[in-house]
This record gives sequence, structure tokens and C-alpha cells, in this order.
Amino acid sequence: MSSEVLLEGKNLVKHFPHGTKGLMSKPDGLVQAVDGVNIVLRKGQTLGIVGESGCGKSTLARVLARLIEPTSGSIFLEGQDITHVGGKDLQLLRRDIQMIFQDPFSSLNPRHSVGEIIASPLRIQKIVPKGGEKPRVQELMDLVGLNPEHYNRYPHEFSGGQRQRIGIARALALNPKVIVADEPVSALDVSIQAQILNLLEQLQHDLGLSYVFIAHDLSVVRHIADEVAVMYLGKIVELAQPTGLYSSPAHPYSKALLSAVPLAEPRSTHMRGRIVLEGDVPSPINPPIGCRFAARCWKAQDICRAQEPPLGPAKSLLKSEDSLVACHFPENSN
Amino acid sequence: MESTPLLSVNNLCVEFSTPDGIVHAVNDVSFSIEAGKTLGIVGESGSGKSVTASSILKLNSGVTASTSGSILFKGDNILGADDKKIRQLRGSEIAMIFQDPLSALNPYYTVGHQIIEAYKVHHRGVKKPEARKVALEMLRRVGIPNPEARIDEFPHQFSGGMRQRIVIATALINSPKLLIADEPTTALDVTVQAQILDLMKDIQKENGMAIILITHDLGVVAETCDDVAVMYGGRIVEKTSVNELFTTPTHPYSFGLLGAVRSLDKSARGSLRTIAGAPPSLLHLPSGCSFMPRCVFANDGHSKCSSIVPELELVPSTHSLSACHLRKDALQKLTTKDLL
Amino acid sequence: MSAAVDTPFFYFPVARLLRIALTRFIVRRIFFALVLLAAVSLFTYLLFALLPTDPAALTCGKNCKPELIAANRVRLGYDKPIYEQYWQFVRGIFAGRTYGSGDIAFKCPAPSLGYSFNQHECVSTLIGKTFPVTAYLSLGSFVLWMLLGVGTGIIAALHRGKWQDRLTSLVTSIGVSLPTFYVGLLVLFSVVIWLQWLPFPHYASPTDNLHDFLTAMILPWITLAVLSAASYTRLTRNGVLEAMNEDFVRFGVAKGLKNRTVMRKYVLRAALIPIVTIAGLDFAALLGGAIVTESVFSLPGMGRLAIRSVTDSDLPVLVGTTLVAAVFIVMANAIVDIIYGVLDPRVRLK
Repeated sequence: MSSEVLLEGKNLVKHFPHGTKGLMSKPDGLVQAVDGVNIVLRKGQTLGIVGESGCGKSTLARVLARLIEPTSGSIFLEGQDITHVGGKDLQLLRRDIQMIFQDPFSSLNPRHSVGEIIASPLRIQKIVPKGGEKPRVQELMDLVGLNPEHYNRYPHEFSGGQRQRIGIARALALNPKVIVADEPVSALDVSIQAQILNLLEQLQHDLGLSYVFIAHDLSVVRHIADEVAVMYLGKIVELAQPTGLYSSPAHPYSKALLSAVPLAEPRSTHMRGRIVLEGDVPSPINPPIGCRFAARCWKAQDICRAQEPPLGPAKSLLKSEDSLVACHFPENSN
Repeated sequence: MESTPLLSVNNLCVEFSTPDGIVHAVNDVSFSIEAGKTLGIVGESGSGKSVTASSILKLNSGVTASTSGSILFKGDNILGADDKKIRQLRGSEIAMIFQDPLSALNPYYTVGHQIIEAYKVHHRGVKKPEARKVALEMLRRVGIPNPEARIDEFPHQFSGGMRQRIVIATALINSPKLLIADEPTTALDVTVQAQILDLMKDIQKENGMAIILITHDLGVVAETCDDVAVMYGGRIVEKTSVNELFTTPTHPYSFGLLGAVRSLDKSARGSLRTIAGAPPSLLHLPSGCSFMPRCVFANDGHSKCSSIVPELELVPSTHSLSACHLRKDALQKLTTKDLL
Repeated sequence: MSAAVDTPFFYFPVARLLRIALTRFIVRRIFFALVLLAAVSLFTYLLFALLPTDPAALTCGKNCKPELIAANRVRLGYDKPIYEQYWQFVRGIFAGRTYGSGDIAFKCPAPSLGYSFNQHECVSTLIGKTFPVTAYLSLGSFVLWMLLGVGTGIIAALHRGKWQDRLTSLVTSIGVSLPTFYVGLLVLFSVVIWLQWLPFPHYASPTDNLHDFLTAMILPWITLAVLSAASYTRLTRNGVLEAMNEDFVRFGVAKGLKNRTVMRKYVLRAALIPIVTIAGLDFAALLGGAIVTESVFSLPGMGRLAIRSVTDSDLPVLVGTTLVAAVFIVMANAIVDIIYGVLDPRVRLK
């Protein structure tokens, strides 16, 4: 269980200026997309990050992949501080951390052939693989289940699932250590989703990859992750292993989220205690003081609205010691 | 008890002409629905479910090459009806809502204006203040907080969930008998989805409306629908009640789909059940059963599967209809245990 | 007739909250426009001030005595440092300017944009005389090209793929590729000289001689209109086709609205906003002087004035016309932005 720490984020904060005030377009507030997040990714493991719109998971993904710089906090890759690297160092970093995107239709340049798309990381990094570029690209295509002879075809000639495979091949081109996957299967049909997830797991096993897997679909994350972080309004509210999280969630939000997922089971077998939350997911601009979930929480007390609960160990017999929850009154606590 | 169905679609075929050729979007589709019930039409992309739904009110985008069959609403065939008749039905007796609430509302007019517009189309001569009252009541009904203030706001000032509520308010303002909902919650967060589905069910209980729900999400079907039609390659491949579908699916595609979804819900790691291959192109449908290339039960010895298109027929000792040549043989081996 | 069909073409919002956002938006736009205007005037002035030619030497013809040049230099203020020249220039715009002193002094009343020695007139007077011609030309063409362009564009979009669409495509391709002077000369030649349907254009102000005015203007109007309409037809066609594919249009149809209502309130409303804004900018550019058209048809407009001042090296006139043209563009940008904000509520947050 305890393999070495590969990627670590400490107190990551990312704020975006928002809105205009007065005549001079001064920012009217900050979108506090990510607000103090600690994450740890261990080698060969998958960290799942789950949450609804506005929770900050996509922003967190981009910060971890160093596509954007955090407003504050730090990121370490294998112990090295990569928070503010730039220029050449940043380019070298790209060889270690790669990203897969959600939309297989817009993440591939429609004017480039598949071969060009997969080769582009190699070209940008000025790496010529031993044996040549084309064989390496075809090897990658084969690895992800594409026909290497389609090297010269264009993205529009492929289906959604195949395009996602192209995106994966491209991410693998530089032999990265970490792949940050931002909702990689959300835009795919169910039967194709399963194929892609199987592929990702197999690649992880064969190539020793580590994944940060962002999703809004709880079932997907439950299947593929070794550890799951539930995010709400820029903060992690619960961190646990899938079995524990899904059988007995500690944070009220996790509980509500899980109960809201419709199950593909005949209705008579449902044991529903569905919790329907009031209102909408609030905006990450000017979040409330105290616990951010208090406004929608059915068991919120005064302390919840006054004091923000820290992310601490979930004192529950049902969980391993690694579980964390940020709640004054977590579920199942003894 | 045999009651006349509210809507009955018979042998519907829809073809589109495109620069690449004729797309056979819907092939010989038949189903019916009664008042107060919910029919789910499930399928993946390219299954023809959305085209089937939009054909009812002639809301297809694109150039239709031909449409054939009949659509009986309260006994009247509305498929070939003239524009005036269809317009009378739209928004009054039959309403339709679409997938993306972010783009379903006209960004240039206030929310109130759009709801009132939908009301006034079918209530000519109504004065503005009265229509406004009706709109406010509807907004309250769908759960928009502080409707008096928000009625004059623009769509972009609302969140996704709120917008879908407004869309529902607009669609239901004239108390339609039938609501066609094309993936109404796909673009929404899961907690919001739960709210919206609850809302729809509530309103249905209140006014006995029938709902045709198009979705790709089997979980949503399980929770909200009474009956299900599973579509693949422009055809209905299984038609049954919800309980029967989830206990004993009778078509290899439904079986595969449920397997994929359920293995995801299991906690153990390991290979997920998949359906190999990809959905067929509707330009060039294969001869015979369109699912055959991906079917684990078909083998080449069964020449029927590759040459003859299977018809929907009753599967013995069930109430399900399945379009599969093998339903009697291989499928008898399917039990609930196999799916887990 | 139901009330829904009677609503005015553009439905203006009434909510108080929105008015506040809209007002802020308008004020912001005007403020930036003023700042931009100041910058533009400075830039224009510097552009000409930094030219290597000696402006004083241009004030009199070839046989100029050096003493006269020196005297003119003082009179016109060219001996002062640049920033003071610019300051005098700006003051002149607001307060009028006196050149020289004593008996030979003359005054250009506000707004003074300089004095032309070649034509012995205040620049503002010259512009004042020629601008109305350009204005009539621009306005007439604008109305014609919008009606023609937007009209045919809508027809082409509604009959997509059919002969109306294909024909329009062909004609607009040609229209977009032809240069103004060619078409102008062609029109002039065929109508006036060959067919002799109209006399040779001789401009007169509409209040003096309406008949001459119309016969002089009709050909340049048609020339400009036809050429500009070509691009607007395409823009409109594409905009309408795109708008028709929008989800909210489909939802509007699903309500049971008549096709014409959907066209008006949904499709055109969406498609025309960007077109109207582009048209505003094009119109403003035209106001700066349709140089080629005015030359071909011998119209005494601002464009012709500008060309003459180039050939005559009449610097003050050049500065004046350039500045006026620039002002129109800046104002048009601001106005167009504001119109966009009124028509599209999503933009008001910016």
C-alpha cells in the first residue's frame, strides 16, 4: 500500500479574477476555483477526483499538470519543487506529466493526420526515437488498440472512442510518469467507456503509469481509483479508498452525491434513502465563511456556519487510517 | 385492461439525405404510450432515439428525404399532418424539451417573456398581466426561488439546473398530455439531475401526463420509467417493462449494455464487461441484424443473423418483445446471475 | 391577431437591474471612446508633424521667396516646438485659431483644423463644404446595400442549395472580387456614354437642384451598394444558416410559433446583431471619404479633397481630413459596441 510518493500538491490555491467594477474593469471578485488543496499521488496508483460543476476539479487538474501556475501553494514531482518552473525546465517537465482531455472531438487538431498528432510531442521535444519516428508512432497506435495502418487518416474519420485512443497514444508518446486525465470517458457511450477504462487500466499495469483521474461520474471513479477525493467548492471534503467511501461515506455531501446516482437496478431492489439537496451548487465566487456545504447540509449547526472544518482523519472503524474528512459532524462517527 | 394508447407510433421510417448519401436514421419503429405512464427510449449515439422523438412533432433538423409510417395521437394520424395542425399541437397537447438547457433558451429575451410567449401562442386574446400571473405560478411550481424578481432576468443569469427548470416551465405551461424529453438531465450535475427527475415525476402525478424519456443512462430509466424500448442502429431491439429489462434482458445488446453498466458499479477491480466494436454507421447498415458484428451469441453458423433482419417478437414466458433470432436458444441461458 | 405577433420588432428589456448594468456599460464605452479620440488626434498630428518636408515651404507655390516662407513659418506657428504646435492645434479645435497678427491676421473659427494656403481657406470650411456630399453618398449606399445584401442573404439562406442560393453565390463571388474603380467606370461608361440614359453627373446640393443631385448620385450609389452588398449577402446567409441550427430556435418552433415569428424573434435577432455592428463600422469608414468612387464620378466630396491635398502636398488639409475620418471610426466603434450591448444582454457584463 505504501509505495513512494510521486506527485504531491500542498496547499494549492488557484484564484481567477472575475467581473468588472466601476469604469476601469477592475476585478469585482475572485473565482476561488481551488482553495487550499493537499493531494498525494503514489507511484503506480490512481487518484480519483470527483465532484460537480464548480468544485474546481478541472482547475486542479490543470494546476497539477502545470498547464497553469497556482496562485499559491506548491507542487512536488518526485521530491522536486515544480511549482514555478518555466522555460526549458518546464518543457522537460512535460516529459513526465501528460494530460488526456475530455472532448475527443475538440482535443485533436482536425487538420493533422493521426500520425502527426501522436508524433507531435516527440517533435516538440526534439526527440527522435531509436528506430525512427514512424515505427514508434505505430507502436503506440497498436498499444492503444488502433490499426497502425491508419497512420495517415484524419480525426474525423474515427469514432469518438477511437479518437480518445488517439489522445491516449499522444499522451504516452513521451513515456510520462504521470497522466492527468480530465474526464476522459464522459463524452463516450457506455459500451465504449468500458473499453477505454479497460485500456487505461491495462496500460497502467503494463507501463507502470500513475493517474490523476478527474470525473463527475462516481461509478467510473469507483472502479478505477485506488483513492478518491471528493471536492466541493474548491476544497476536498473527503478522501478515502473507494470501498470505504462508497459503502459508508463520511461527509454529508459524499452521502448526498452517492444517493443521487441512479442505479441500473430494478426498482424493487432499491434501498433508497435518497437525499435530494436543496438549491443549486453555489458559485465559487465569494464562498461562505465556515463550512462551504453548510447552506445545503441537512445537519448543519451554528459551528458549521462559523468555523470551517479542517480535513482530518475520519474516526471510524469502517475506514482505514488513511481516510480524511472535513466535517464537524461526519456520518458514521463513533 | 386495454385502453387506447395516447400516442401510437407505427412502422416509422425516417431517412435523411446528406452529401454522403441517405442516412437511415429510423427503421420500422413502433411503440405506444398511455396517459400517466413513462416510456424510456434507451440507446447510444447513432441509435436513432433522438430522431424518433423529434419526428413526432416534426422537429427534425436537417433535410428529411422521406418519412413513412404513422403516428397516431388520440387516434389521429399526425405524421402527414399539415403545418397548421402540427403547430397547434406543439406546446399545447404535446411538448418537447431538449438536452442542453444552456442553449435551449433564447438569450435575447427575458425568461418571463419566453414563458409568456409559449402561453400566448395557444391562448390568444389573453392580456399580458394575466399571462404574467400564469408564468409566475409556473415558475413557482418548478422551484425557482423568488420568481417575481427573476422573471425579468435573462437566461444567462441562471445556472444550468435553474435553466432546465425554466425550460420545463415553458414546456408545461399549457398542461400538455404528452411530454417528450430528449436527454433532459444529461448535461446536468448528478444532484441537480435527481431534483429535475423528481420534479418531472411530481408534475406527472399531478396532471396525469405521459412522458417519453430519451436517454442513454440506464440508471435514469430504472428510476423513472414504467416501460422501456431499447434502440440500436435505428431499430427497436427490445421492448418491455422496466422491471423485466433489469431482471431478464432478452436481447444481446441490452444484455451487453447492462453488463457494462453493472460491472462498473461493482467494487472489485478488473476488466469491465464491454461490447466490442462500435455502433454501425447509419449510412451503410449491414444486411441482417445490425448488432450481429458485436454480438457474442451470434456465430456464423447462424446464417439467419447475417442475412435476415430480425423482427420484434414476444419472447416466451416473458412479457418482453425482442428482435433477435436467437432469443429462444442462447438467451434462455441468461439469468440475473450472469449479469453480475 | 394575437398579441404575441404584435410585439415590436426589437423587444427592449425593462427590468431595473438590467438598466443599471446597461448604463454602466454605455458610460464605460463613451469614456474609452473619448480617451481614444485624444490619442488618435495626437497620433495623427505627430504623424504629419514628423514628416521630413518643411510645412512652411509648402505654403506658397514654386516661386517662393525665402522671406515669405520664413514669415509664414512664424505666422503658422511652425517655428515652435512640436508639443506647443500640438497644443495650439488642440486649442484651435475648441476655441478657433488666429494666424499671424495685426492687419494680416485671419481667424479660423472653431473647430479650427488648420489653414490651407493652396486653397486659401480654413480647413474646416473646406471640410464643411465637401462633407455633405460624402455623407449623402455614404448614407444612400448604406441603405441600398443593407437592403440588397441582407435581403438576398436571407433569401439565399432560406433556399439553401437551390438555384436562388447558387446564383447568389456566383454573383457575390464576382462582386467581391471586382475593384471599385472598374465597376464605377463600367457603370459610368455604359449608362452615361453608351446607353445615354443619364446625363453626365454634375453634382448639386439637393436643396438647390434636386434633379441634378439625384442624377449625379444614383450611379455612385448603385456602384457602391452593389459592391458592398456582395459581402453582406454572404455574411447574412451564413449568419442565418448558423442561427437556424441553434437549439433555442428549435425550442421556439416546439412551442408552436409560426415560422415567420421564429424567423423574426429568434433567427434574425441572433444573425443580424453581428452584421449590424459590422455595417456600422463600414459606414463609418465610408464617411471618411469614398476616394475612388468620388473620383470616378467627379463628386466634390471629402475623398476627393483628400486626394487633391496629397497631390498638392497641402498638409493642413491632409491632417484635417485624416483626423475627421479617424473620429468617425472611433465614434462608430463606440456606438456599435453600445448597440451590441443593447441588443445582446449577455455582453453587458463586460
